[in-house]
Amino acid sequence: MATQSSRVASRLMVAPSVILLFIWMAVPLALTLYYSFRFYRLLSPERSGWVGLTNYRWFLNSPDFWLALFNTLALVLGVLIITVVLGILIALLIDQPVRGQGVLRILVIAPFFVMPPVAASIWENLFMHPQNGLFAAIARGFGAQPILFLEQYPLASIIGIVSWQWLPFATLILLTAMQSLSSEQLEAAEMDGASALNRFRYIIMPHLTRAITVVILIQTIFLLGIFGEIYTTTQGGPGSASTTLPYMIFKQAIAAKDIGRAAAGGIIAVILANIVAYFLMRGIGRHLDT
Amino acid sequence: MGKIQLTKVRKSFGEVDVIPGIDLTIEDGEFVVFVGPSGCGKSTLLRLIAGLEDTTSGVIDIDGKDATNLPPAKRGLAMVFQSYALYPHMTVRKNIQFPLKMARMDTAEQDRRVERAAKVLNLSGYLDRRPGQLSGGQRQRVAIGRAIVREPAAFLFDEPLSNLDAALRVGMRQEISELHQSLKTTMVYVTHDQVEAMTMADKIVVLNAGRIEQVGSPLALYHTPRNQFVAGFIGSPRMNFIEGPEAAQHNAHTIGIRPEHITVGDGPWEGVVGLSEHLGSDSFIKVEVPGLGTLNVRGPGELGVHHGDRVKLSPAGKIHRFDAAGLAL
Amino acid sequence: MARAQSPRRRMLTTIAAWSVALIIFFPVLWMILTSFKTESSAVASPPVLLAADWTLQNYVDVWARSDYPRFFWNSVVIAVGSTLVGLAIAIPAAWAMAFVPGKRTKDLLMWMLSTKMMPAVAVMIPLYLLFQQMGLIDTKTGLVVALMLMNLPIIVWMLYTYFKEIPGEILEAARMDGAGLWNEIVHVLTPMALPGIASTMLLNIILAWNEAFWTIVLTTTKAAPLSAFIASFSAPQGLFYAKLSAASAMAILPILILGWFSQKQLVRGLTFGAVK
Repeated sequence: MATQSSRVASRLMVAPSVILLFIWMAVPLALTLYYSFRFYRLLSPERSGWVGLTNYRWFLNSPDFWLALFNTLALVLGVLIITVVLGILIALLIDQPVRGQGVLRILVIAPFFVMPPVAASIWENLFMHPQNGLFAAIARGFGAQPILFLEQYPLASIIGIVSWQWLPFATLILLTAMQSLSSEQLEAAEMDGASALNRFRYIIMPHLTRAITVVILIQTIFLLGIFGEIYTTTQGGPGSASTTLPYMIFKQAIAAKDIGRAAAGGIIAVILANIVAYFLMRGIGRHLDT
Repeated sequence: MGKIQLTKVRKSFGEVDVIPGIDLTIEDGEFVVFVGPSGCGKSTLLRLIAGLEDTTSGVIDIDGKDATNLPPAKRGLAMVFQSYALYPHMTVRKNIQFPLKMARMDTAEQDRRVERAAKVLNLSGYLDRRPGQLSGGQRQRVAIGRAIVREPAAFLFDEPLSNLDAALRVGMRQEISELHQSLKTTMVYVTHDQVEAMTMADKIVVLNAGRIEQVGSPLALYHTPRNQFVAGFIGSPRMNFIEGPEAAQHNAHTIGIRPEHITVGDGPWEGVVGLSEHLGSDSFIKVEVPGLGTLNVRGPGELGVHHGDRVKLSPAGKIHRFDAAGLAL
Repeated sequence: MARAQSPRRRMLTTIAAWSVALIIFFPVLWMILTSFKTESSAVASPPVLLAADWTLQNYVDVWARSDYPRFFWNSVVIAVGSTLVGLAIAIPAAWAMAFVPGKRTKDLLMWMLSTKMMPAVAVMIPLYLLFQQMGLIDTKTGLVVALMLMNLPIIVWMLYTYFKEIPGEILEAARMDGAGLWNEIVHVLTPMALPGIASTMLLNIILAWNEAFWTIVLTTTKAAPLSAFIASFSAPQGLFYAKLSAASAMAILPILILGWFSQKQLVRGLTFGAVK
């Protein structure tokens, strides 16, 4: 269909998006890279100077950094495992002929549409609060001491909150994929003598592999950058117990106002994201080819 | 009014020369059919004429004017697509009216033309329906109506009957032919179905791998095919090709004889019947003749031969002779 | 599973499914219930499900605060604004990529998607400094720009998949019928693409409303939307749980409603069309 005139027109029409995204991404990234090699603190009288890898070395030598790295990966992995496993189970459950499936879906999907600060606030105040929270009340009802969730288990609590938020996403994707599986295939398997467990293992699970891959890939992208929940509840604390890499960089930039260091952190975050992406694509990317 | 001239028209997609070079003249008022196997370039050629694709080189003249670089809208042509390409969100009336609206025609004249086209095509009762509410044949007619109202220099049809069932196809085929008779406008029609080609065309262009194999009237192509490709393409069932000593007897590398030109009864060729199909009106049998191969034979409906029978065949029509390169001798 | 199951089995499955759904939904439900309680009922021990002295006062109080309506309005402007601007830029781009694909179109799309995978913290600093220099910190305009750019890859991609579903022949027919580019887009493409555009718009409004990074980093007080406002309430001392719940309920209600309508779009948009 392409003719000369339409080709020229098409280039003009794509240009704004490309230019804007380039300015949004490529230029700042280059600047971040540039800042990362310089001494640049907003509160310091001397503003600039080339310091080579000093900023990077600060990160690599800082125990907080390695903790943040661990926390980031733990957060991603924890949420992935919880959401995928529970997602499959819940999708299986909802896929049954159940009364009121429409309403069921709405209830299950709701948490995903709750904005992160509100989700965090609900859990922090209404549930996990040691005096006024529901969990504390239940503990007291059993005569036990309330658990100080956000103080003693900050990272686990955050993983819990984020999992609650993202479970609907995984469930919805997996449910959609499940419903695209033709019932004829399952009926054929049943005629072939496969039990329900075997049908799940040999027919349903392989069909879901692609959807699971997509869920893992997409969620990883978003989970690496989780921010709102941490900002609302623990602010990365106590100490650095629930600080992830993005939050650490944020603290360096906004609290410590150390642009050079924060920039180095940003570049490290990019490298991390690329490494994770590489391993993901290698490990499960092949499931994406249809 | 609707004379189209192609001079050395070439089309390549990247490295691939889909159409190496074509010279063709379509006279005003002719019904020309482009026919050929899949991938022969017939649709591409039509789209080049329409202006939906740019030529790589060559000239396309429409009514004496150079149209090679004109966009489709300015060429004065109308096209009926294989999938009809009706606007699903518009009523039939608005669909047919659309080209006139684009041409900024006076609205009274627009309505007049739409009513006229609807009457010709028996669509008057459906003008306020949407395409989704119409049958395949009705949608076809809407597509044709949209083309007619523009009163174009020529109509272009891209395999318009492929999506219809067999019975509907025969009816629509005749309707299009009748349309041509009444409008007398040039029509360029693309199809892979040689029956459509034979019944509808004034002139048939047989294409193969982007090249014209032969141009001529249907009967000319039937009686005097220029080469083996055309001989095998025109006529159904396919012409029988025989090589070897039998061909040598006729001073040719290959000879061809059409199934309808072989009689069953007495004759020099003897063989065993394999598959036999009896349609009532005709019978089609496959006969294994040693030395010649498998021959397709068409016989009368009453032919009482079946699988396993021994029969004698004799040629009773023109024997086409071809040389080693496939050209007719 | 189209076969009839035993009534007992159906009953068990129904109970199980509903239990699970209610457990998942419970936090939202609890928050909504709390928003109707008085502050003392909200922190009563043992906790009450439905307070006898339920009230709408919390909603009135929260809304009457001079800043809450402003935050709400900020959320609306930023979500809708970034979506409309994004659509304006993305529709032509998606058109071009869907209907006049070049050799590099697929690569271009992949590149656009990859920009979404870039960690926001990597570009946070230069953009913050740039916004500061341009006076865009704590402005609605600044946030509209930031969110629009953040979601542009998704908008382009979603529109692209919807446009690709439009049969190319219909656009060619329009061209044959004499429609220039403008007429083609206005009279044929847009009406046919309207459902797709609406879906994209819906998903994008949801994503922008819920965004909780740039809305926090780039604002302080004037242009802060609801996400930043709620985020700033870290562990209030139980004095106004009910009001916080009312504020939260109003903050999420529009999106819960929109979300109900947009499940299919969510799947298509966030999986980049990989799952149908």
